[in-house]
Amino acid sequence: MNVALWVVVPYIALTIFVVGHVWRWRVDQFGWTTRTTQVLESRLLRLGSPLFHLGAFAAIGGHVLGLLVPKSLTAAVGVDEHLYHLVSVSAGTVAGLMVVAGLGLLLARRLTSPRVRRTTTRADKVLFAVLAVTIALGLSATVGENLLGGGYDYRATIAVWFRGVLTFHPDPGLMAGVPPLFRLHALSAWVLTAIWPFTRLVHVWSAPLAYLWRPYVVYRRRTPIHRSRHV
Amino acid sequence: MRVMAQVAMVMNLDKCIGCHTCSVTCKQTWTNRDGVEYVWFNNVETKPGVGYPKRYEDQERWHGGWQLDRRGRLKLRAGGRVKRLLNLFSNPDLPDLDDYYEPATYDYDTLVNAPAGPHTPVIRPKSAITGRDMAITWGANWEDDLGGAPEHAPADPNLAAMAEKVRMEFDQTFMFHLPRICEHCLNPACVAACPSGAMYKREEDGIVLVDQDRCRGWRMCVSSCPYKKVYVNHRTGKAEKCTFCFPRIEAGQPTVCAETCVGRLRYIGLILYDADAVLEAACVPDPRDLLEAQRRVFLDPSDPEVVQAARAAGISEDWITAAQRSPVYRLAMRYRVALPLHPEYRTLPMVWYIPPLSPVLDAVTGAGADADDPDNVFHAVTDLRIPLEYLAGLFSAGDTEIVAGVLMKLSAMRAYMRARTVDGTVAEDLLEAVGMRAAEMEEMYRLLAIAKYDERYVVPAAHREDAAALSAQAGGCSLDGDGGPGMSDFHPAGVTGRRGDGRLGLKLFVRDGGTA
Ligand code: SF4
Ligand code: SF4
Repeated sequence: MNVALWVVVPYIALTIFVVGHVWRWRVDQFGWTTRTTQVLESRLLRLGSPLFHLGAFAAIGGHVLGLLVPKSLTAAVGVDEHLYHLVSVSAGTVAGLMVVAGLGLLLARRLTSPRVRRTTTRADKVLFAVLAVTIALGLSATVGENLLGGGYDYRATIAVWFRGVLTFHPDPGLMAGVPPLFRLHALSAWVLTAIWPFTRLVHVWSAPLAYLWRPYVVYRRRTPIHRSRHV
Repeated sequence: MRVMAQVAMVMNLDKCIGCHTCSVTCKQTWTNRDGVEYVWFNNVETKPGVGYPKRYEDQERWHGGWQLDRRGRLKLRAGGRVKRLLNLFSNPDLPDLDDYYEPATYDYDTLVNAPAGPHTPVIRPKSAITGRDMAITWGANWEDDLGGAPEHAPADPNLAAMAEKVRMEFDQTFMFHLPRICEHCLNPACVAACPSGAMYKREEDGIVLVDQDRCRGWRMCVSSCPYKKVYVNHRTGKAEKCTFCFPRIEAGQPTVCAETCVGRLRYIGLILYDADAVLEAACVPDPRDLLEAQRRVFLDPSDPEVVQAARAAGISEDWITAAQRSPVYRLAMRYRVALPLHPEYRTLPMVWYIPPLSPVLDAVTGAGADADDPDNVFHAVTDLRIPLEYLAGLFSAGDTEIVAGVLMKLSAMRAYMRARTVDGTVAEDLLEAVGMRAAEMEEMYRLLAIAKYDERYVVPAAHREDAAALSAQAGGCSLDGDGGPGMSDFHPAGVTGRRGDGRLGLKLFVRDGGTA
């Protein structure tokens, strides 16, 4: 059971993630987009979208820090357990609340604006459900265990297991005593990973940073007709 | 001097009857699909009026186009690169669907399927977006022929800029139609604003396009185009815009809007221009100098030096000949009667307009004078502030003298030809008044009034052999020239391949896993 959940599931999700992205990029660049709906509704989006995205950046940053950076490294630069706990719980809670508020507004918009509602695809619905569950579990784990509860040192177990998965030395035993909220959060995150390439989330990889240094006006020569679509 | 060719258009506004044939044929060709119901690559709006989308000319609100910063450098009005990236999550300058209009259709099926009953079945308008019942309260040209003008037209941003109040009572005002397509600008703000680099200007003919495979739906182009001629397809989440009917242009045919224009008022031809001079022209401090600055960017296709430079730049002989015959060059540069729309946006637009004489003629007749007498018209052109100021706001960044000069030429042409054909005399005084030679005047008359098909459209076909040559060399990198930055074996052919846009990518991610 442990092996199935903490070794097999992650690798299935990661395989789908990688193969799915390659497949999608090769066959469906036309569908590779943010699928913006701002022209259809902008009042709720104006608040919800920045909240969600900035909160998500903070949350992702927190996860990188918590999962990928080993405890020994933070200790070596002089961050003790107490300080780490303080920062991670407070920043994590703020980020989590931002994401929840943002996603809440965006979901409300999907439901209340008939225009946006009509453009919502099945992939969108699945994505919103999985995202909402993952975020809810993550936030309740942070708030429930670490803010209100006694605190759980996930860096001793989950983080080590996660790095093990990434380095192909998974140790499912580490997950045995982990509180259920964290375990459920991890599992739903793997589901999110697996559906990622088939949803609008692919736009994450197209963050247009190159815009900062490319020349303003782009010239291109007329390419052979059969290649890309121009409309 | 870096010579480039651009396919450009001129529209003679006096002849536009506002029939919308151009809009409808364009829509049938390009935007009769889901997601672009509200989109008109070609639209015709009544002026004075708020336009489509509403008040799109109010750049204080939409921040479209370019402006000079305090140090005189050209910047997108919506802000610098960092600011635009920060606005990715919510673009504060994007128009709402309601700023365009909510497209409607009718439940036509009821006409056929309604059960038998005492009443004739009626159809009801349904939103094309949500499918629900709706009241139709706005459209792409709601104010057609000044309909509702007393209520809406005062919101026209061009009127707001004028010193005098314009009366909107129907019998005391003036009006004309303004057909608009994408300007295929020399300095396109849409291209500059596109974060993913999906928009580009074609080197061969200057047509501005959106690469549908690379657009990621950041919708910055929509707000940065001051003419609001890029649109979001709300189904695909991608930007779409007027294509200048490039498949037809490549085949040597005019655009659909031009081909079907009932007034036969559109002209299509080539302009040779100096690509190195574009930025400087867009940067002149006084917006009233932009017209002349843009004219200086255009090159005289009959100048042997230009011809030689064009050949050196790889422009073929038939294109050079076409440029020499270009009606657009003649109207904009030789007779100087065509003017750009809103040059103050600094995008150097390439669809120019011959301003309409009709508002002035209307005013002359309205004052009880004979509009056929050139003296009356000349007088009106210099004395009548209202239509002149309005036209200047549209076509010359507010410089009434430029518009007055054009209108004088047009009315002189009418009077000159009347004297020629009715009285059989040559009105030397008229020629002198507008500084034109008799032959020139008659050529201009032929082009504007007779307007033969093959004089209106001088479109050289694109060169397929270019495309062939391009795919043949596509195995290598275009930067691999002597001393070029790509001079290396950095990309072994086994791992990399050519992407759709010509850039190199990992083969894993390239469809067909191959080249070209
Ligand atoms: S008019 Fe056309 S080329 Fe010019 S900025 Fe707008 S979309 Fe771009
Ligand atoms: S088809 Fe010609 S005359 Fe009719 S509205 Fe269009 S531009 Fe004007």
